[in-house]
Amino acid sequence: MIGDNEAREAVGDYKAGWHDPENATIRFDFGLSEKVVRDISELKNEPEWMTEIRVKAYRHFIERPMPTWGNTKELMEINFDKVCYFLRSSDQTGSSWEDVPDDIRNTFDRLGIPEAEQKWLSGVTAQYESETVYHSIREDLEKQGVIFLDMDSGLRDHEEVVKKYFGSVIPYSDNKFSALNTAVWSGGSFIYVPKGVHVEMPVQAYFRINAKNMGQFERTLIIADEGSSIHYVEGCTAPTYSTDSLHSAVVELLALPGAHIRYTTVQNWSNNVYNLVTKRGVAHENAKIEWVDGNIGSKLTMKYPAVILKGEGAHAEVISVAYAGNGQHQDAGAKVHHMASNTTSNILSKSISKDGGRGSYRGMAKVMPKAENCRLNIVCDALILDEESRQDTYPTMEVGNPTAHCEHEASVSKVGDEQLFYLMSRGHTEAEALGMIVNGFFEPFTRELPMEYAVELNKLMSLEMEGSIG
Amino acid sequence: MASDDNPILEVKGLKVGIEGTSILKGIDLIIPKGEIHAIMGRNGSGKTTTANVIMGHPAYEIEDGEMFLDGESLQDMEPWERSREGVFLSFQYPQSVPGLQVGNFLRKSVSSVRGEEAARGSEFREKLTNAMEELDIPKSFLSRYVNDGFSGGEKKRFEILQLMLLQPRLAVLDETDSGLDIDGIRTVSKGINSAVRGTENGALIITHYSRILEHVNPDRVHIMIGGKIVASGGPSLANLLEDNGYDWLEEQVENGVDFE
Repeated sequence: MIGDNEAREAVGDYKAGWHDPENATIRFDFGLSEKVVRDISELKNEPEWMTEIRVKAYRHFIERPMPTWGNTKELMEINFDKVCYFLRSSDQTGSSWEDVPDDIRNTFDRLGIPEAEQKWLSGVTAQYESETVYHSIREDLEKQGVIFLDMDSGLRDHEEVVKKYFGSVIPYSDNKFSALNTAVWSGGSFIYVPKGVHVEMPVQAYFRINAKNMGQFERTLIIADEGSSIHYVEGCTAPTYSTDSLHSAVVELLALPGAHIRYTTVQNWSNNVYNLVTKRGVAHENAKIEWVDGNIGSKLTMKYPAVILKGEGAHAEVISVAYAGNGQHQDAGAKVHHMASNTTSNILSKSISKDGGRGSYRGMAKVMPKAENCRLNIVCDALILDEESRQDTYPTMEVGNPTAHCEHEASVSKVGDEQLFYLMSRGHTEAEALGMIVNGFFEPFTRELPMEYAVELNKLMSLEMEGSIG
Repeated sequence: MASDDNPILEVKGLKVGIEGTSILKGIDLIIPKGEIHAIMGRNGSGKTTTANVIMGHPAYEIEDGEMFLDGESLQDMEPWERSREGVFLSFQYPQSVPGLQVGNFLRKSVSSVRGEEAARGSEFREKLTNAMEELDIPKSFLSRYVNDGFSGGEKKRFEILQLMLLQPRLAVLDETDSGLDIDGIRTVSKGINSAVRGTENGALIITHYSRILEHVNPDRVHIMIGGKIVASGGPSLANLLEDNGYDWLEEQVENGVDFE
């Protein structure tokens, strides 16, 4: 491993930008073909039905054109032939950190994962490149029947459940990147919470890309059975390289009647990662799905966590923040589909752009004609920190039932000189003052995070504010 | 040079403009240790500019003159450096910062201005509790966001709360009395007195009206007209002005009357 100083020099302000030497046990050549897809499936000894889904998805991916919206220029620059689609870095998934290869364990140590696990988590999986290298769950939860596995093990140990739900929320044909993920998926989490079980402390998955030109395609499926609840937290980082990496995940959530799923993401990819993710949940009767979604890093993020309110009385909550710095585009937002009566949704989006960064809010709220008495509340706020930066809003509302009650507020603001002067007159430097304003702006999001994450996010944003003040 | 004999604030021949318009046309002002001075004047006379320039507002251009705090030139100091050296400004229109909690902000500000030690532990908490009691500020205030949705009176009391915790060498209070009722004026005056009286610190109170000066008895009163201090005198000057008005005072000045 390279020393701290060297690492810092190489990565600037981005703290997670170091990389380890690559000690792959299996590494596929660059590029994608049907053979690559079949090889991944074979390597994992998958049942034939899964191989078939992968191949169908691959064919769909090849035929499907790139999206013609979002940042089309950046999307066209992705070179799918220059991506490594599978890299195995450890021959086993450790259930103790001792079992994890030293250099990989060091990485997760530096990211503070084992420490967090001891303090405040019910379970942890750590994915390094294509596969999970560490996995653990608290014994008491296991005894209550809670299943928390990496997706590969989930398929192996609970094939019937996976077969029933895999792709049921997000079919491979949903979009080009869900097709790509379905073709080459590897890793991710499989969670099942039995009826009436409440998992009090969050479970966490951590995703780390280490190799250059790596593609990470984790696949997550969470099923919360009737009246159960779970909070899932994911974090992600990668080294800073001059060439691009691709992260394209698919996350499917099923909240059965009365269940509650909260899914929290703090994405801090380095600025060479394309982050093109499809996330969607189905909420049945009186169920509740919450996406708490933070996007700080990456080169281009396109991600719109969605909730389908399928059962009467279901509720959706999407709280997201995005920060776009130099050379970054955060195209993020939310989707809610009110399919049933008396369903409610809240969307709160907060976006900051700085140093020429670009933030976009893209939202879709739909009320089906048969859904009576739905309530929708959408708030999107943008904060622009300088003249070079940009914020756009693309809200869409399709309300097919006149009894729906919709509220939509949008605001774009700039940091005022008087506001800065006020804070500076209290002994705070310009960067500190800006950090206070920015962290205050994100506060409605930050207060939803586990405390440890909130503290980290505040530090991270303060650091970002120090970067550009001359 | 800094020495024990220096006044807290010395302003010498200060000329200030903004976007090409000159506002202050040569201000001289000395505030000795332990004294409270008042500047009175009409709207547009340059009172707020004086306050902002002492704090180092970046929009103003210093055309001529100098300012010293305890004998140290303020000229090249950024606002936060002035704050750390002991200058405090109570704003006429305090800015709101949504999402920034009052309690958190106060602790950070005390830490920045007076050092980390001062912002730690039971001593800080005790000071905070006492100051809030003195200003009739409820505990729940600490979890609100800085000036966000505050009433006019709450904003002014919050400024004085900061004054009491930051313990500045020089407190500049820009129309702290405006928009306050009699009880409000009495409360903030109590805060100003407890922060300054009985210390070696000083204050500059900027106001339209003499009412606040009845509660914070100033050592000197200065009258500002058209970017200049045209008259200075003891506390009775404020009453004279209140009784006779600015037009009368202007006439007296033109006739060469000295109010000392």
